[in-house]
Amino acid sequence: MIEVNDASLYFKNDHSVNQVLKDVSFRVKPNSCCAIIGPSGCGKTSLLFLLAGLRKPDSGKIVITGTPETGTILQNYGLFPWKTVAQNISLGLVLKKVKKEIIEKRTAELLREMGLSGFGDHYPIQLSGGMQQRVALARALAVEPQILLMDEPLSSLDALTRERLQNLILGIQQSKKITIVLVTHSIEEAVFLGHKIIVLSKSPGQILQVVNNLEAGSREHRQQDIFFQRCKELRHVLKEEYDGQEA
Amino acid sequence: MGRKRDIIFAGLVLLGLWEVSSLVLDSMALPEPWIVLFDLFQKITDGSLLDDLAISTVRALLGIFLALVTAVPLGLLIGVEAPLRKRLSPFIYLLYPVPHVVLLPLIIILFGIGNFSKIFLIALIVFFQVLVTTRDAAKNIHQNYYYSMQTLGASRLQVYFHVVLPASLPKILTAMRISIGTAVAILFFVESFATTRGLGYIIMDSWGRADYTSLYTGISCMALLGFGLYLILDRLERRMCRWAEVD
Repeated sequence: MIEVNDASLYFKNDHSVNQVLKDVSFRVKPNSCCAIIGPSGCGKTSLLFLLAGLRKPDSGKIVITGTPETGTILQNYGLFPWKTVAQNISLGLVLKKVKKEIIEKRTAELLREMGLSGFGDHYPIQLSGGMQQRVALARALAVEPQILLMDEPLSSLDALTRERLQNLILGIQQSKKITIVLVTHSIEEAVFLGHKIIVLSKSPGQILQVVNNLEAGSREHRQQDIFFQRCKELRHVLKEEYDGQEA
Repeated sequence: MGRKRDIIFAGLVLLGLWEVSSLVLDSMALPEPWIVLFDLFQKITDGSLLDDLAISTVRALLGIFLALVTAVPLGLLIGVEAPLRKRLSPFIYLLYPVPHVVLLPLIIILFGIGNFSKIFLIALIVFFQVLVTTRDAAKNIHQNYYYSMQTLGASRLQVYFHVVLPASLPKILTAMRISIGTAVAILFFVESFATTRGLGYIIMDSWGRADYTSLYTGISCMALLGFGLYLILDRLERRMCRWAEVD
């Protein structure tokens, strides 16, 4: 269980103080997926940083019950260009000083699972965007996390690759029974994957609305009426946030 | 290999230019290359030049090595740790522009006129060139790489090993390539006095005796030494920075 209670965050530099997040509270149930969506600059990424423990809130609290293993996929620069695909994937295990045989075995498994067999010795720059994201996913999964945090993992991909990877994430979430928090700017992605969709306001980010979307969690969801209805609902909320102006 | 062919081609062109120049100048001070090459061949096969070549190579290599093992760790540290950088950078800026060769009298008083003084001076000059480049390379590593390491639970030492060093390595090797020219120049300088061994001594001694063939044999040997160092560096670079070359 992930619990965020009244979290606020400020960015301070020599000249000014900016509030980034304001009194954000929500919960994510185990084995569910929570999507966070909002206009750019609304503090989505900052919120994920709080969950990942990369920043501490200036007030409020983040509680993650138990001490679960967490896998994190950050936006851009996540993969290390000087490490091969296999070295990138196994890095989390290497840092934990896991036995070499176990590392090799698990890396080979993940390469296969992610459809990357034969690419272990390639460098990230030699792969397509979709493949790079699968490497990032594999690296996050290598430590066998119970929680997966993702910051716009699919934003730079074309529509078809995107859908395929969304299916992959869905499959992983169900087969490995993990809790996912996903930051995205795509309405369709939020509705397809998120059992709960949190809409953040413009800066300073506060929760505008929480949309329950329990029907998510199957590939067919994309074709169902309820999917389109939720997309419409979400689009409406977001549009109002953009000054209510028609684009 | 195409590269080898290119190098041989360049060598032949330079020899041709040398031959033409010596014919045009028709001066004792520029003997024809084939006379020098013959002399070089003879002195290497009869072993009379090998001692000098060996001692010069050892002095250059040890100087560069000493500079590397001190400048790289220090440069990485200063580059990454901001408080340390703020404190130490002014020292670097004040000390770097000093022409370090002028310290030779002091170095000789401190360390005598033996090999160590010569190696120390080479090391001192290479040290600053590598230090400044390493610091800047380490300083400019994108913050997200550190965040990624943090999410994987890396210790500080692991961050240096897996991110800071490999990310800075291409620039360190470039700095070294520039330093090799300097190192060979300083090698000549330190070998031109208070010693009776080394290529620098051969050059100065032949000059004094107006033995221009031997003079150019010495110069050619020094050029070959520098070239050999470049080749070693090239090989190191292709081994350790393969990721920076693939495109």
